[in-house]
Amino acid sequence: MSMIHKTATEMAQALADKSITAVELTKQHLDRIAAVDGDVHAFLHVDTEGALAQAAESDAKRAAGETRSVLEGIPLALKDVLTQKGVPTTCGSKMLEGWRPPYDSTVVSKLKNAGVVILGKTNMDEFAMGSSTENSAYGPTHNPWALDRIPGGSGGGSAAALAAFEAPLAIGTDTGGSIRQPAAVTGTVGVKPTYGGVSRFGLVAFSSSLDQAGPCARTVLDTALLHEAIAGYDERDSTSINAPVPNVVAAAKRQEVKGMKIGVIKELMGDGFQKGVLDSFKQSLDLLQEQGAEIVEVSCPSFDYGIAAYYLIAPSEASSNLARFDSMRYGIRVGDDGQRGAEEVMSATREVGFGKEVKRRIILGTYALSSGYYDAYYGSAQKVRTLIKRDFESAFNLADVLVSPSTPTTAFKIGERANDPLAMYLADITTIPVNMAGIGGMSLPSGLSADDGLPVGFQIMSPAMQDDRMYRVGGTLEAALNDKLGKPVWAQAPELVVK
Amino acid sequence: MALNYDQAVSKYEPTLGLEVHVELNTNSKMFCSCSTVFGAEPNTQTCPVCLGMPGALPVVNAKAIESSILIGLALNCSIAPYSRFARKNYFYPDMPKNFQTSQYDEPICVDGYLDVEIETDEGPKTFRVDIERVHMEEDTGKSLHVGGATGRIHGAEYSLLDYNRAGIPLVEIVTRIVPGTGKYAPAVARAYVTELRDILRSLGVSDVKMEQGSLRCDANVSLAPIGSGKLGTRSETKNVNSLRSVERAVAGEIVRQANRLEAGERIVQETRHFLEESGETRPGRSKETAEDYRYFPEPDLVPVAPDAKWIEELRATLPEKPSTRRKRLQEAWGVSDNEMASMVNAELLDTVEATIALGAEPARARGWWLGEISRLANEKEVHPTSLITAEQVAEVIALIANGELTDKLARGVVEGVIAGEGSPREVIDKRGLKVVSDDGALMTAIEAAIAAQPDTAERIRGGNIPAAGALIGAVMKATGGQADAAKVRELLLKHLGQG
Ligand SMILES: [Zn+2]
Repeated sequence: MSMIHKTATEMAQALADKSITAVELTKQHLDRIAAVDGDVHAFLHVDTEGALAQAAESDAKRAAGETRSVLEGIPLALKDVLTQKGVPTTCGSKMLEGWRPPYDSTVVSKLKNAGVVILGKTNMDEFAMGSSTENSAYGPTHNPWALDRIPGGSGGGSAAALAAFEAPLAIGTDTGGSIRQPAAVTGTVGVKPTYGGVSRFGLVAFSSSLDQAGPCARTVLDTALLHEAIAGYDERDSTSINAPVPNVVAAAKRQEVKGMKIGVIKELMGDGFQKGVLDSFKQSLDLLQEQGAEIVEVSCPSFDYGIAAYYLIAPSEASSNLARFDSMRYGIRVGDDGQRGAEEVMSATREVGFGKEVKRRIILGTYALSSGYYDAYYGSAQKVRTLIKRDFESAFNLADVLVSPSTPTTAFKIGERANDPLAMYLADITTIPVNMAGIGGMSLPSGLSADDGLPVGFQIMSPAMQDDRMYRVGGTLEAALNDKLGKPVWAQAPELVVK
Repeated sequence: MALNYDQAVSKYEPTLGLEVHVELNTNSKMFCSCSTVFGAEPNTQTCPVCLGMPGALPVVNAKAIESSILIGLALNCSIAPYSRFARKNYFYPDMPKNFQTSQYDEPICVDGYLDVEIETDEGPKTFRVDIERVHMEEDTGKSLHVGGATGRIHGAEYSLLDYNRAGIPLVEIVTRIVPGTGKYAPAVARAYVTELRDILRSLGVSDVKMEQGSLRCDANVSLAPIGSGKLGTRSETKNVNSLRSVERAVAGEIVRQANRLEAGERIVQETRHFLEESGETRPGRSKETAEDYRYFPEPDLVPVAPDAKWIEELRATLPEKPSTRRKRLQEAWGVSDNEMASMVNAELLDTVEATIALGAEPARARGWWLGEISRLANEKEVHPTSLITAEQVAEVIALIANGELTDKLARGVVEGVIAGEGSPREVIDKRGLKVVSDDGALMTAIEAAIAAQPDTAERIRGGNIPAAGALIGAVMKATGGQADAAKVRELLLKHLGQG
């Protein structure tokens, strides 16, 4: 019997009671990928052999009574920005075509130690720069809800894989919304943990001070289980937090919010937000209130400068992080004809290897860090960042969690904003403040927009290292929505044509 | 007519500034756990971190921080309660990330000084050199440009890159400008680097070998007309690889700049290279535009915030200042400046001190270590202390002092110890090197000698004492050199009625 439309929790149960093996479960997902990924294009690389080997090992462990975690034997889709030893890692860029990392990222080590089966690497905007996955050098990913629409970005591949039932679990990374915005537009759940909550070792850096890997799944509980598996202190990442991981699994299961104060951020709704999105958001607020939560309004005036500051800080760090791609040690090399010098070869390689958006941001960041401009641009942006943090601190004095729509609109059409970077950047207006402050953020589906029938995301934000709070609220809201709507949002996706 | 040095300093006042780079002798690199051992096969001491692989992250070496703090304390600096690393961005193939992780505007140690004493026409005089900062950074890899005329990257047929050195911890010690040295500028520069080297050696934080590059000095020199109260434009001379070169480079720059100024030419702010043979400097690669390194705080590292208590613990471990110690020992041992310098330069001061502490007479301890043992060490191209211990040398010296060994026999004992034949006592037994001090045995030999040379014996009886030499020589020969010559002489003269 096919298990692909089940949750990871249900799959884990089936594995535990031996009604399916990890190899069978993996094969079902590999078959699904073969059947639908031609249309969806969620994967850049499917590691059939590796996944089946891991699954076989998992079955052997279970048979020997050595189950490694609750996720033992569950398949997962890995965003192609995290290294996995020996498996191609491109970051959606031509620059790294053919590169096989010699080491596992910490996230991958933890997944392997938990017995999770890694199916392959998912598509993304090049070096995680984008909100639609259209910036992938390997072609866009299509939203399983409507194939002519974007699946969000940069982690569109991971979110689409979940929505298309190609995997029950996925790993994303979130620099300005790259987990939460794709989750919102594909009707799935995505969490950006507190900065430092999950190790960045082996995560190919876009913007070091903002990047954070996180769990993605179709339900809040599945997301929490994956969160628990990948989180925790790592001595190889100096910015990782040396403190116990909040008990997100218990929080996801708690299913009650009585007496909790939920703060609605005034600045993250209103003008520019799609009506269907706002209606869905308000419906969720009502449900939370019915569950006994108190809804309060809070104001975060500095958020108005969030996007501007983000597009100075992230490109500045990116301009430096991406300098290493110079063809000397790995990746492609262009123009090495024995005549050209090293500088010319570096330049020719970067000309060919980087896409348009990456170049745009490298130029922007290089400019912002230049002597004479540093204070006005990078310096001012850092001040805005401090103000955003303070806004959050004040708001968290008034509320236990903060909420907003995850995105201003539902999924837009592929190509619609491709030539309008500013419109594209606005897709992350709601998610960016969370990264700027280093706190935790979750997007979970709150229903379908009445105006276009596409999924809407509800964002929950919790203070740093209090990630359990958003799981508590998310789990409660998810259950209330399932009651009200009759079935989960993700289960309402149109059937894909199976080839 | 070109000005010579004396003429130059009679018209112009030089101002010095010195930047010293020190390779720390930590076991592992600045930001990864790779070995730092010198001279390994190229690229064998590398890992994803020091190769700048995508996704790899740095972690600061705690030992390097400790060494940097010790250096700061020894140089009377304040230790910053909070310091940060920054990224210095520029492209060069020997720099894996295309940025160098270095402290910039927030160094770990600031505001110190070092007093140095030099000989002047008016006797010894102390100059205070103010230290502006001590900061940490990582070394780059090494490039070998093959083919082409210059050995530089431009024009080379190809280049070889060795990243073993990439990421080795460096500490840079920067002085403030040193005014008022007048004609003694070269001597002050040399004395400063010498004293600094001795301090670093006493701290045990670096090998401080200028010829191997573990201590490198850049000398900044500017000139202004005497009495003008102005500061001239400075040049920075690199490639100064010995103490003598420091002195010559500064003197050479003073003469060059004075002659340019005399000719009405402008001093260009530039980097120059010291030429060992001529003692002159030549301009480095000319820079058409000022280098913009786009420094910004390293987001992959958290600030360095050493505990105040730890700093005080380190302060308590500081060794006696080398200059103070040298003075103290020189007085106690009654050795000349030159003798002290030769012990310091041979890196034998600690060993000689240890030998004396074990009871050896200072002159003998120094004599053995700098004489016979150093000679043997030179032959084997090793450091003397790797051949024999202070304990063994002290034992040999004690045996000489109590008459059990002659100097000649002692050389044989030392040779035996070095050859691995055991302790001095064991060598004496094995090689049968004991002094023949048994009067009976000596008398037999003396009588035999007299019998062989009756005429000589007669002359001695007649009062010709110097003639005794021939008979003593015969006795020494007969005893295989193992007799104490003084004892033989005493017995002989007594026997012939002259005692
Ligand atoms: Zn390394």
